[in-house]
Amino acid sequence: MAQSSTRKKPVGVMIVMGIISIALYATLLLKQDLINSTFAQGGWYALLPIITAFVFSYFHGGFTGHFWTVLGVEAARKKKEVK
Amino acid sequence: MPDIATSFINLDAITILYLFGVGFVGGLVSGFIGSGGAFVLTPGMMSLGVPGLMAVASNMCHKFPKALVGAMKRFKYGQVDVKLGLILGVSAEAGVLYGAGIQEKIKATYGDAGSNLYVSVAFVVILATVGGFVLYDAWKTYRSGNANSEEKAGKLAKWIQSINIPGTMVYFKSINARVSVLFTIPLGFATGLMAATIAVGGFVGVPAMIYVLGAPSLMASATELVIAFVMGLGGSLKYAMHGMVDIRLAMIILAGSLFGIQLGAIGTTYVKPFMIKVVMGLIMVIVLFSRGLMVPVYLSQLWLIDKLGEGTVSLLKTSSFAIMIFALLLGAFIVLRAMWQGRQAERLQHAAGALEHGKV
Repeated sequence: MAQSSTRKKPVGVMIVMGIISIALYATLLLKQDLINSTFAQGGWYALLPIITAFVFSYFHGGFTGHFWTVLGVEAARKKKEVK
Repeated sequence: MPDIATSFINLDAITILYLFGVGFVGGLVSGFIGSGGAFVLTPGMMSLGVPGLMAVASNMCHKFPKALVGAMKRFKYGQVDVKLGLILGVSAEAGVLYGAGIQEKIKATYGDAGSNLYVSVAFVVILATVGGFVLYDAWKTYRSGNANSEEKAGKLAKWIQSINIPGTMVYFKSINARVSVLFTIPLGFATGLMAATIAVGGFVGVPAMIYVLGAPSLMASATELVIAFVMGLGGSLKYAMHGMVDIRLAMIILAGSLFGIQLGAIGTTYVKPFMIKVVMGLIMVIVLFSRGLMVPVYLSQLWLIDKLGEGTVSLLKTSSFAIMIFALLLGAFIVLRAMWQGRQAERLQHAAGALEHGKV
């Protein structure tokens, strides 16, 4: 952990991913009626929630990963030496 | 199936925060033990007025992207056996379909109460035997003073690994041995069957990988995320074909759970492997009591025992849900505490190292 503070933290990437993530969630909630009625049609429309889940997980997953790194919460360096 | 047009609940700020919070805690536990959270999320959504099937579908649609992110994170730590996860995942998918079929038949014959009773009894039996054993094993490891040493395959796993069935042997890096897929297929199938029955396949999948195949706890819990991804993707597609997924609910839960799963995954790098068993065993045993409380309710609805008063039913339902939330929160607390202690120990180690080398 002591070394992590000297490494460059991915602040820029986190901000970009965060903005995209917020935009995705804002769109989802602001257009929820349209999205619900479209996605609920089933059949081939079933691909829409799946694609949505992948897109959200890419951007929001990227954001949350960088979020903890920027806060300094990272994996242990030498696991075997840690109690 | 419910009328889809009237099935979408209104989302207010409190509901969004509630889903986000439960998602975070569920994600934290999943990142650590490979599963969990679903047993609270599904009833949690239903308590908001979401129809049961839509709650199951939306939970599943948040599960597979969450498991994907968690699996990728833990893959970076060298904890995931992709081959084992995919092989178990495919057979788990078959188990899910079979389990869903059983559920439908029970529901058609005995109604909702019969179906609920079946789920609760399955919960109690599986959690009592598997959860009790996992917890006992963790306790034994702790008492033996071998908590820091590398985990060894048990007798059953060694026997399974010793059996050579030509044409079916596959090498798995997590086990560091060749095992016949004729053993992995039933394990995957059982995992899927449990996922379709009690919503948490990992309660069978992870112990099976540890005790039957001989995988280390950390690798088993990480590999479970691959299984959850395969099962969740297939299940989501199936439900989405019928328009049952409320993508808003799924993505809001995902918002919280992705924060949690990253943290839970990081946590695994700080703890002793037996902590995976401690968290999993504790959650299983506590959830067992939660589901056990509901058994009299369903027995009463089926007229197998005297009818319970409305007040008693309400008390049992509330207590059951509260115990489930407690189980999840306790799991999250242990993960965070173990992680905090691990980080403190690492800091001290670095400080001591720096002093030794005269850097400070």
